[in-house]
Amino acid sequence: MALRRKRPSLQRRAVYAVAGAVFAFLLLPLAVILPVSFTSADYLAFPPPGFSLRWYEAYFADPLWIAATLRSLAIAGAVTVLATALGTLLAYSIVRGRYPGRAVVSQIATAPLAVPTIVYSIAVYGLFSTLKLVGHWHGIALAHTVHALPFVVLIMGAALRTVDPAQEQAAMGLGASRFGAILRVTLPQLRPALVSSAFLAFISSFDELVIAMFLSGADMTLPKKMFDNIQMEIEPTVAAVAMLQIALAAVVLTLAARFGSGAKVLN
Amino acid sequence: MSARRRDLGPLAAGALPLLFLGVLFLYPVLRLLLTSVEGGSLAAFEKAATDALYVGVLIDTVKLSLIVAAICLALAYPVAYFLATASRLWAAIGFGCLLLPFWTSILVRTYAWTIVLGRNGLVNRLLLDLGIATEPVPLLNNEIGVVVGMVHVLLPYMVFPIYAVMLRIDRDLAAAAEGLGATPWRVFTRVYFPLTLPGAFAGSVLVFVIALGFFITPAILGGGRVITIGLLIEQQVRQFLDWPFAAALSALLLAAALLIQGTFQRVLRGEARWH
Repeated sequence: MALRRKRPSLQRRAVYAVAGAVFAFLLLPLAVILPVSFTSADYLAFPPPGFSLRWYEAYFADPLWIAATLRSLAIAGAVTVLATALGTLLAYSIVRGRYPGRAVVSQIATAPLAVPTIVYSIAVYGLFSTLKLVGHWHGIALAHTVHALPFVVLIMGAALRTVDPAQEQAAMGLGASRFGAILRVTLPQLRPALVSSAFLAFISSFDELVIAMFLSGADMTLPKKMFDNIQMEIEPTVAAVAMLQIALAAVVLTLAARFGSGAKVLN
Repeated sequence: MSARRRDLGPLAAGALPLLFLGVLFLYPVLRLLLTSVEGGSLAAFEKAATDALYVGVLIDTVKLSLIVAAICLALAYPVAYFLATASRLWAAIGFGCLLLPFWTSILVRTYAWTIVLGRNGLVNRLLLDLGIATEPVPLLNNEIGVVVGMVHVLLPYMVFPIYAVMLRIDRDLAAAAEGLGATPWRVFTRVYFPLTLPGAFAGSVLVFVIALGFFITPAILGGGRVITIGLLIEQQVRQFLDWPFAAALSALLLAAALLIQGTFQRVLRGEARWH
């Protein structure tokens, strides 16, 4: 701003004021959840009548909440590994392949994005019901992997296009195997994109509700348990859980910005 | 490497993920779509197209999505403009304000709106304290709550494409128009705004299509009084076990989503040719 030649025009300042109001609207729900999670009341009230940590204690003391959290973490962990591995392979195939039908493969890879989640949820619910996979965390992990795969393919594909294939060929010309060339030459350059993909896959699964709603049965994931509590409008434990989730997302986002491919954009 | 030899490595790399998507994505979706015409009958589609109750739900869903897309467009435009023109520091702060809620789960944000919009919520307290209202205004369990919640979730999807287009606009264009005597308003309406239309169009289509299939927000903020096609599909599967009807509704929703996205891609490509 040191080079600013003239003051911003009146119009521009008016537009900025509107933008500021929209930013306030965007932050409002997060700003409200924070105090409510520390409320001392038995019910949802704003502003809260007093400060207490009772709802955080209630969360950590309840084995059902903890079980749901651990289940969601396990599912998200499996999805991170599966989606990153499969998505990277698929991106490599699409970007480097010269086979006919590559355009169709590329369409299939991103197709899960075009199908509304509710449609995919009942589709996979129908299939898993016949396979007796409903109620197993593996089933949710598989469906969440489908859900996360397009993001990985898009991120890894974009990153792969920036790596010159001649580098791989040069390494192979110098005696490396193809696998060795990919592992030692190509993959290290893709590390930021891999980190971003992994974080995105993790969060997309950890926060996912609709698929989990159909597939989880009695063993609920964290979002499913939150949804049920919200529907029944019981005590503010959900607010404490929500705050923990926001904190986790913020940590993941910061890590992704620091180590992921977003790092280049931000700096 | 000889140019003639077929390189089969990438093809092999794609085999496993394709198999995975085939078994866990393509197969279940096709299986569901086939359920809609079970026994070679189109009865399920007929039900969706003729029963006044269900036609009403479909129309309401389209209306709701249009309203949400329109509000998102109106709110996203100034935000995108701010992000594209503010100083680096302010743009970074703006992105933070946009991305923090974007990365917070939809469920958490929707839950927060029940606190803000409820009978004893923040908004009603303000209205009562300021004397604008004498009794709590119903903002939850109706369209208002659903629209607010959906706009909040979908706004970033509108901001990103508009912002991307604004970044590419040559600033000298506005300066040139000004130099030729145009007022700032005319520069905006005749030069800047038309150049941002592809982004606004792309964002609107994206938001509209996602809104059509929305589930969580109407489920929580609609309180059973706002029924969208997504809620209807869930109800048919879980309560009535009417798979053919749920499948027919899914087919309609999917067809609408694909058709709109396909048309929009063609239009945008046409747009690119004109310039």
